[in-house]
Amino acid sequence: MTNVLELRGITKRFPGVLANDKISITLRESKILALLGENGAGKSTLMNILYGLYKPDEGKIIVRGKEVDFHGPNDAIAQGIGMVHQHFMLVPVMTVTENVMLGIEPTKNGVFLDKEKVAQRIREISNEYGLEVDPNAYIKDLPVGIQQRVEIIKVLYRHADILILDEPTAVLTPQEVEGLFKIIDTLIKAGKSIIFITHKLKEVLAVADDITVLRLGTVVGSIDPKEATSEILATMMVGRDVNLVVQKLTAKPGEPVIVIENLFVRDERGHMTVQGVSFDVRKGEVLGVAGVQGNGQTELVYALTGLLPLDTGTIHLLGEPIHHTTPRNILERGVAHIPEDRQRHGLILSFPIHDNMMLCTYYKEPFAKGISLQPKLIFSNAEELVKQYDVRTPNIYVNAGTLSGGNQQKVIVAREFSRPIELLIASQPTRGLDVGSIEYIHSQIIKKRDEGTGVLLVSSELDEILALSDRIAVMYKGQIMAILDANTATKEQLGLLMAGVHPSDTPNKN
Amino acid sequence: MSTTAAPAQDTGKKENKRNALWQELLIPILAVITGLIVGAIVIVASGENPFVAYGALFAGSFGTPADLIQGIQIYFATGDSKELLSAIYPFTESLVTATPYIFAGLSVALGFRCGLFNIGAEGQFFIGALCSAFVGYSLKGLPMIVHLPLAILGGALGGAIWGAIPGYLKARFGAHEVVNTIMMNWIAFKLSDWLLNGPMKASGFRPVTPNVELSAELPRFFPDPLRFNLGFFLALLAAYLLYWFLFKTTLGFEIRSVGANPDAAKYAGMNIVRNFVLVMFLAGGLAGLAGTAQVLGVDHWVGQGFSAGYGFDAIALALLGRSHPAGVVLSALLFGFLRSGATDMQSMARIPIDIISIIQGMVIVFIAAPDIIRWLYRIRAVKKEETVLTRGWGK
Repeated sequence: MTNVLELRGITKRFPGVLANDKISITLRESKILALLGENGAGKSTLMNILYGLYKPDEGKIIVRGKEVDFHGPNDAIAQGIGMVHQHFMLVPVMTVTENVMLGIEPTKNGVFLDKEKVAQRIREISNEYGLEVDPNAYIKDLPVGIQQRVEIIKVLYRHADILILDEPTAVLTPQEVEGLFKIIDTLIKAGKSIIFITHKLKEVLAVADDITVLRLGTVVGSIDPKEATSEILATMMVGRDVNLVVQKLTAKPGEPVIVIENLFVRDERGHMTVQGVSFDVRKGEVLGVAGVQGNGQTELVYALTGLLPLDTGTIHLLGEPIHHTTPRNILERGVAHIPEDRQRHGLILSFPIHDNMMLCTYYKEPFAKGISLQPKLIFSNAEELVKQYDVRTPNIYVNAGTLSGGNQQKVIVAREFSRPIELLIASQPTRGLDVGSIEYIHSQIIKKRDEGTGVLLVSSELDEILALSDRIAVMYKGQIMAILDANTATKEQLGLLMAGVHPSDTPNKN
Repeated sequence: MSTTAAPAQDTGKKENKRNALWQELLIPILAVITGLIVGAIVIVASGENPFVAYGALFAGSFGTPADLIQGIQIYFATGDSKELLSAIYPFTESLVTATPYIFAGLSVALGFRCGLFNIGAEGQFFIGALCSAFVGYSLKGLPMIVHLPLAILGGALGGAIWGAIPGYLKARFGAHEVVNTIMMNWIAFKLSDWLLNGPMKASGFRPVTPNVELSAELPRFFPDPLRFNLGFFLALLAAYLLYWFLFKTTLGFEIRSVGANPDAAKYAGMNIVRNFVLVMFLAGGLAGLAGTAQVLGVDHWVGQGFSAGYGFDAIALALLGRSHPAGVVLSALLFGFLRSGATDMQSMARIPIDIISIIQGMVIVFIAAPDIIRWLYRIRAVKKEETVLTRGWGK
């Protein structure tokens, strides 16, 4: 058994940060190496070094026994290394063929693009690896799962035999994840070697041949998947015991906090992305909204919080209509919002933590007297919240942008939870966070529920929905497919609903 | 919060502030130094001696110690203050030149803080000058305590309305303020041409307004020809008030939030378009005050081509001053000294005044492209969010 790729003692420093500290990993031929680590563990830096985007300060890269020196991605590609990015690098208005040939366009007579040749090659690759895709389809018309196939084809078209998959399952439905795993299997059988980057423990256990865990820029250890369990991996990742199961008692739902009836909302470009949604959230319960990203959940939340106007329909909060009011009015009625894009909506990154801690209530006592801000009280409020919510920061005067993702999210949670609230709208509250922060934020959400707050949880992570929800609504193409009892709902059932299939429609498919 | 932890946190704050201040100052200071070096190279290339040139520039903007000592000696020996006054003349003249720069720089800086690019300071300057001149010469027989504030208010209000129009157009229709302030500039230029040749023209041949009444003039502190007047201190007061407004009030917090991240500002319940109108109104008022200070403090009338491009230089000032009122004051003083000293440099060292424009231009290039400075002086880039000055189309 040969090693196709070895990294030995890779060290990379950024000003003030040791991103990679003497990291060594080994990828065996035709095997899957899972690289597991929290955000900020140094995975991305390491992969950017491997892909020629960064130069390591120390250490060697050895491909098939030969030491190599990369000056850019082209050198990496020449060595057969290909990268499938987490965020797809595709041009939506171009066809599959055009996207695949971008950068290395073959020509006829030196002038005209030879698309047919590329399309032919795409068909060959499709057949060889089971990556079905129509070369003439436009990217914008393809589902996310197929777009990912195009990314993989792009890499294979460039003759890669070492594939780096960066968080490949983040945007997929459970069924699409199954499909991806089948493709990975075919690739391995065809002799490709794969580095699989993820923070999802179950996936690692399902596909990996070798597991290497990173923490704070160093290798914590490597482990055989046969000996590993989710608990062992989580402990390695975080450095302490982690409680993976959210502890919660049965909900005691009360009166409805918010009642939504027949809601239609257009997105910023004018497309009707919420099409006739009705549901309610009661005091003391968590209603989870499951669904693949981009099925109207974002616009639903924006409409509830006043960030987008609604087209038709009604929203009542504690019996009062709030469908034609301002974000501030909704806020003052006791709606807290953990926004899905924390850096776009949730924080002002160039402002210090203490200002972000009062972002929604800066104009009220005690933070202001008349128009005059009260720095002392603003500071002491921030000091208290930082302590109470365990925000890891040198002090409250540093900019929010200097915090890690998990700590940024804690700032938002602290701010939103520190005022009296009736309804909590949490949108992707743990996206991109490390296991430790996820555990913490989940426990805080359940705590709020138990205090009698209604919670609307929107997440594309099924595990999160299942762990926290009391009822689950599945959204597909702007509509709610079904609302299920969380105690009886299964992943399979939810996965089908997320793909737009009613389980009752397909009695033949177990 | 425990009492024992407090000192440590205070140090943290102080340290942060000191580091931040140093980071803010380092690039502008090096940019100015580099600009002067480049200017020296240009002077050498044109066959002159840069030391002579810069010596003349310095003497022209600050005066010379020898003249000052001599002036003091004569004053104490004979009681004749003429020599002393002429010794401090260059310095006061620099402050006079800096005055409209301060006001106009504050105007553009305020816009930047809210993510708005006020290119219209020049037009607002004109309108402010015309309005204050009109109040200054048309009202007669008022005591100064009434007339002067009225004239100042008139200038400020004129500029403010001129600024609020593009602000309203952006808020109501989403029209980009860059386009609209440029258009408003042209309207202001043509309007002033017409007014100076028609309704506001003084008797005589030249297209100028009548002189403002004595009761509307900003008081001067020294006898002629020293023009140093109250306007300079009003400019410093405006800078302080703007600092207080931006950093110590809820309104300023809103403005900075809208500028730094409009999406988060909306999320926090702030009314973004209302802030656009408010900021353009206040920015226009500040630019109007620049014109006002020039009219009531220095010229006492308005003529064609009245502005020396203050409104456009103001953009450079705001950039150089990092959109901070204190930074703007420092940059405006620098520009005031350079502009004021340039005249002497031209007459004494025969270096064309345009060299000052080259130096100013180089400083702006280095501010706009700080990587050049970092590369020249081998400064490591600090990871930091870019300050948003203005936003693109749409959104």
